[in-house]
This record gives sequence, C-alpha cells and structure tokens, in this order.
Amino acid sequence: MSATATSNRLQEAVLEAAAYLYVWALKDIPQDLRDALADAAERETSVAGQRVLSTILKNVQVAEDESNLVCQDTGIAVYTCRVGEHFPLHPARIYEALRDGTARATLEHPLRSNAVHTITRENTGPNIGHRLPIVHWEFVPDWGGLDVKCVPKGSGSENMSFLKMCIPADGVKGIKQFVLESIVGAGGKPCPPGIVGVGIGGSADYAMYLAKEAIARPVGTRNPDPEVGKLEEELFTLLNETGIGPMGLGGDVTVLQCHVEHADTHMTLNPVAVNYQCWAARRASAHVAADGTIEFDREA
Amino acid sequence: MATHEVTFPVMDERAILELRAGDEVVVQGHIIGLRDRTQIRIFDQGVEPPMDLRGAFLLHTAPNVRKVGEGRYEKLCIGTTTSARMVRFTEPLGARYGVRAICGKGGFPDEAIEPMRRHGMVYFAIVGGAAALETTQIEEIEEVAWEELMPECLWKFRVRDFGPLTVGIDAHGTSLYHDVNEEAKKRLEGILARL
Repeated sequence: MSATATSNRLQEAVLEAAAYLYVWALKDIPQDLRDALADAAERETSVAGQRVLSTILKNVQVAEDESNLVCQDTGIAVYTCRVGEHFPLHPARIYEALRDGTARATLEHPLRSNAVHTITRENTGPNIGHRLPIVHWEFVPDWGGLDVKCVPKGSGSENMSFLKMCIPADGVKGIKQFVLESIVGAGGKPCPPGIVGVGIGGSADYAMYLAKEAIARPVGTRNPDPEVGKLEEELFTLLNETGIGPMGLGGDVTVLQCHVEHADTHMTLNPVAVNYQCWAARRASAHVAADGTIEFDREA
Repeated sequence: MATHEVTFPVMDERAILELRAGDEVVVQGHIIGLRDRTQIRIFDQGVEPPMDLRGAFLLHTAPNVRKVGEGRYEKLCIGTTTSARMVRFTEPLGARYGVRAICGKGGFPDEAIEPMRRHGMVYFAIVGGAAALETTQIEEIEEVAWEELMPECLWKFRVRDFGPLTVGIDAHGTSLYHDVNEEAKKRLEGILARL
C-alpha cells in the first residue's frame, strides 16, 4: 500500500475513534465514577441530598438502558492525544480527523450543537468551529501508537472555573483558601457532587490546563508526588465540611474527589486554578495502533 | 418534609402556598420550556409570547430534538440548565404573566426571594445532568413557538410524574440556597481559621 493510502486509512480510523468516543462518553460513564456516586449515596445523610443522589444513580441506569445521553449538555469536545514518535499520521491530520469525527457524531446521532462564534453568538457548525474541538498534545518517544481521550465538558461546570495568581508568601495556605472559597461560591451551579480539579504552579494558562487534566483522571487516583497527594486528601476532606451538598441543597457530600496536578514555577509565582467537573464526569478513551486497529477503553 | 403532587398550570394560589422549602414535589400536566434567548425576546425586545403563561410551570431547558414535520418535534434528550443566569426575569414573569413555578438547576440567588413571595411563586430544584431520566418523564412535545431560536424556543411539554423536584425557594420567603450558603460561609470561616 502507498504511503498516502496508509495515511488516509489511518486518518479514517482516528475519525471513527473520535466519533465513537464522543457519543460513548456522553452515554456511558466510567465505573470508577459510578462507584464514587454509589458511595456518596451511602454516605449522604440529608434528605434533599439523598433524593438528589438516588435520582442521579437512577438516571445513570436509564441512560444505559435507553441508550440515551446522561446529560443533555453535549458540551465542548475536548480531546487529549498522546502521540507516539513512530505513529505514521502527522498531528495536523490527527487534528482534522478529530474535528471531522466530532462533526460526524453530532450530525449522525444527532447531538445538540453548542458551538457559537464568541462575539456574534451564531452557531458555527456541528460542535466544531474556529479552534474547536480543543485538542491537547503530548508526544511520546520510542512508541508507534496513539492514545485519544475525549472529555466532553458541559457549560454548567466549566462556567465555574477560577484562577488566582497567589503570591509566594500566600504559600500552600493561600492555595487551599482559594480552592475552598471558589467551591463555596459556586454553590449548586456546577452540579455537585463532582470532581474539583486544581492546577498549581507553571504559569496562569498552564495552571488552568493542569486543573483540566486533573478532572480527567479516574476518580480517586492520587498524584504520585506525596506532597501533592497529601494536599488532595486534605482538600477533599475540607471541601466536604462546607455543607454545600448535592446540587447545593445542603448535605455531607459536596465533592466526589479533589485532584491536583502541579508544575514547577517561577520563584515569584504561585498560580492556582480551579476547574470543576460535574457529577456526570464524562470521559472515554481509545488506543489507535499504527495499523489502524482501534481499542476502546472506558476506564482510562 | 412533605411530599406533594401538583398538576400544572395552577390557577389556585393555595396549591403553591402549601409548598415549603425542602418539600418533595412530583409534577403532572403541562410545563413550558424556555431559556436565556426566549426570555430576552420577551422582556428585552418586548415581543409578546404566543403561549399562555398564566399559572405556568417554566423549565429552564434547550432540548435535543428531532424534527418530524412542520412545527412537530420528537424528543431525543431533554435536560435542565443553570438557572442563575435568568434570575432577573422572575419579577416580570410573576407580575405580568402570572407564572407560578420556575424549575431549573443550581438555584436562584437571593434577589428571587422577594418577587416569589410577592407573586406567589416557587422555585423547583431539579437534579442537573439527570437528562436521561427527565426525558422519560416528558410524554410529548405538544407545541413549539419561535423555532428560529432553536433550541431556545418556547416549548410546551406534556409530562407524567415529572421529578422528584425539591422546593428550593417557597412563596413564603424561605430559600434553601440562602440558608445553605449562609451556613457554608460560617463553616468556611471556621475551616480557614484552622488552616
């Protein structure tokens, strides 16, 4: 087969993977999240909170039984790609495939299209547009594969994103304070109980990217850096002491988890970013091999 | 905390006054779906809505639908959006149109409390994101107006056992959101003092 034919076939495989991942993520939430929600329902003692959590569990089951979307907000399609050094399709073509796959899924299912021009607010296409979908890249040496993770993010939770450029003297205490104040301020709006993603260090933009990376981790996984892992545990406990509760109606379970990602930073910087992920923390992954074989993985 | 079944539209205010913050409610009858742009058209652009809103239950939604004919739509997935963005319409919805209930997710800020008390209205909290279940409780899309605002049209749905909803703000001046927020702020002070 010619190089062009191979590349076309591979581009079609990535497109197919993207189209499948987008719809799948919206319908079938990962097991770790289901377990976390069931656990929350057991822990919750407030009447309104129990009502919310049992409705959520019922909804997850109905979505599965009826093959319907868990939530109507089909979100903004965000993909994370890990591209192997030897994967035989250029990232420019991978991007095209992800964009076309998003559009295909939107038109064929059909899904609600949320994409608009940011000033005119006119619809720009089937969940695609200028710089949409959003794709983050990571490149892996000595490898021939491609990992794609799709994280459709709804606006209810994305609107509850916060950034503060703390100063070094604020220390880790300033970080904790900002996270706590952000979540209390958000109240019921981001559909609690969800996953609080926190990004610390780096720069303003990178801190927010890290917060987004944090919400896409399987629920309850711990940052391998013990200092950061300890911060996750502490924030998780403190956030649940606020009493905001499921859907902000009051209760014991305000967050399912708190995940923190970090980067080293400038000696005079101390950025902290918060990105909320609602209880319907949708994500799905696929591995595309160099020969175009696709393996789907709901749990990654 | 009591459990109620209420059929909308509600023409007798007493049915609304019986509801207290924290109560559980299941809704029957007809509800009207609308969102930001629908209300901007009514109140900012001064266009009269082509549906009767007296006694109505309004749902903050922009549904996923499939067109099946002229002005006819089939439900695909119907869920509920964040209410806070639309709080400023509460007063005129009650005063001018006699709306009785607004349902959404995430709650209304305190500025909704007084208009709801004055006009005998309630805010119902639905479980945000639970759209698959909500869709099964909507029996039919009976009417749609302002299709050019798709999906933020004015929708009329017939529902069965819609809920469970929680009374978030009642017509007596009590708001769960206010109470929970005050309590959370107090707790936060204590937490911050321990850091």
